[in-house]
Amino acid sequence: MSTETSTDTTRSPAPAVGGGTGGAPAATALSGRPGVPFGRTFQAELRKMVDTRAGRWMVIVMAAVAVLILAGFVIWGPAEDASFRGLLELSTLPLAMLLPIIGIMAATAEWSQRTGLVTFVLEPRRGRVVLAKALAALVLAAVVLAAAVAASAVANLVGGTGEWDLSAGVAGGVTLALLILVLQGVAFGLLFLNTPVAIVAVLVLPTVWSIAMMAVSSLEEAGRWLNLDLVTQPLFAGEMAGRDWAQLATASAVWVLLPLAVGTYRVLNREVK
Amino acid sequence: MITVENLTKRYGGFTAVDDISFQVRPGSVVGFLGPNGAGKSTAMRMMTGLTPPTSGRATILGQTYRELHNPGRQVGVMLDASAQHPGRTGREVLLVAAVSVGVSKARVEEVLALVGLTDEEAGRRVRNYSLGMRQRLGIAAALLGDPQVLILDEPANGLDPQGIHWMRGLLRRFADGGGTVLLSSHLLHEVQIVADDLVMIGRGRIVAMGSKEELLARGGTTVQSTDDARLARLLEDADVPVSRTGSGLVVDAEARVVGEIAARESVVLLELRSGGSEGLEEMFLGLTAATSREGEAA
Repeated sequence: MSTETSTDTTRSPAPAVGGGTGGAPAATALSGRPGVPFGRTFQAELRKMVDTRAGRWMVIVMAAVAVLILAGFVIWGPAEDASFRGLLELSTLPLAMLLPIIGIMAATAEWSQRTGLVTFVLEPRRGRVVLAKALAALVLAAVVLAAAVAASAVANLVGGTGEWDLSAGVAGGVTLALLILVLQGVAFGLLFLNTPVAIVAVLVLPTVWSIAMMAVSSLEEAGRWLNLDLVTQPLFAGEMAGRDWAQLATASAVWVLLPLAVGTYRVLNREVK
Repeated sequence: MITVENLTKRYGGFTAVDDISFQVRPGSVVGFLGPNGAGKSTAMRMMTGLTPPTSGRATILGQTYRELHNPGRQVGVMLDASAQHPGRTGREVLLVAAVSVGVSKARVEEVLALVGLTDEEAGRRVRNYSLGMRQRLGIAAALLGDPQVLILDEPANGLDPQGIHWMRGLLRRFADGGGTVLLSSHLLHEVQIVADDLVMIGRGRIVAMGSKEELLARGGTTVQSTDDARLARLLEDADVPVSRTGSGLVVDAEARVVGEIAARESVVLLELRSGGSEGLEEMFLGLTAATSREGEAA
């Protein structure tokens, strides 16, 4: 159909519509580097993890469960085990379960709630958004862990043995284990871009792997190198030996770095709708 | 300034946007009009860097979207008003965007007032927003960085007639200040109120563009008489193309031609005028019939 009309088809390759001819001043783009400074992207992503009802409740539930466990243990548990270390190990149990879910939600909300239509318009360099999400999840995990440490210390003072038996190895191990778990959540969130699927995958896939490993004896040795659950046990306990570190590295590579890489690739190349 | 050059998007064998080119100049409010599935949203996503084009390119203020420094300060974008996290309050949606764009909290209150969301409404979760309120929130977010260009997908959708007129005023003032506005709609009467210039698109291709008056003038002559059937026959006998609408005839000829024929044959005219919304409506349906879903079935 040749019904096109325009006010100016001769000079410009693209026919123009609207505007007076030379009426409004020619607008020019702001000068500066593309996108937004990383600090602001990071701040926005950190805020987005806790400013929704779901996000806030995750933090509240984690705190409440940790406090309940601590209170219960101090009241009814074996008194001799209620040392600082024992209490901290207890209070970090719910964190290990729920922190990955916060990581997942941070990664998937842009797609499941379609907020990516805004986020990736404000910062078109999606890799930086992914990086900001991963860092924000790690920072949130560290803050929650610090709160758990404080709660354990209070519980120890109030009803524990009063024994301050936390070694640097355990403290470092617990911190590293939680950071790996939350990063795994982000990685699975990015990989599946769908909250329920990612949550189920994070909870079920490692278990399936463990069962497969037990069932097939030839897999058992190989499985030890690729089982994040198994290898984080000595990490939480602060008893990492040389081989454990190697196994932690291989298991993290497969369960965290690989999905992180594939998920990031998906986010960078997926069409935002 | 928005410049679209030979923009094309194919999904496998399906061509969603087919080689479209146009330029929106500062100071104008341009309506991007087409039936559902015509490729409006895909084109807008390509303009804002969310969808990579198969070929061609779009620039805003002379740069591709991804090259823009702090795009939120230069281009206000709303691609889907319902794409908001339901668990955030309206104000929180804007506060998060303000962090990213780098504007103050005071600016958030400013844009809330500008789009007419009250303090109480801003504190409500988006889950409890009506579509009209979401549109206002989306426009507030687009205006947050005080941009020079606005790209809005179906912004009037869900607004009541009063809201549509409010939007016209808002966008008119924005354009009068030197701003550039491109907004899409699948409803002619809606875009007729809000926009001054139109780009019509059907099945990925531009079918017509120009100022509203220009397109209206091409919409022919609207005529109504006591005996439309007879008048239509008489006009057809005189080789004047005629089409029927709900309330009369649209004639592809000057009003004078129609009037003369009616006078000669003593047909009583009730209405005779050039252009008019029926004409444009007729043209919109005509232009898109060949390219719309309904046209496919017919």
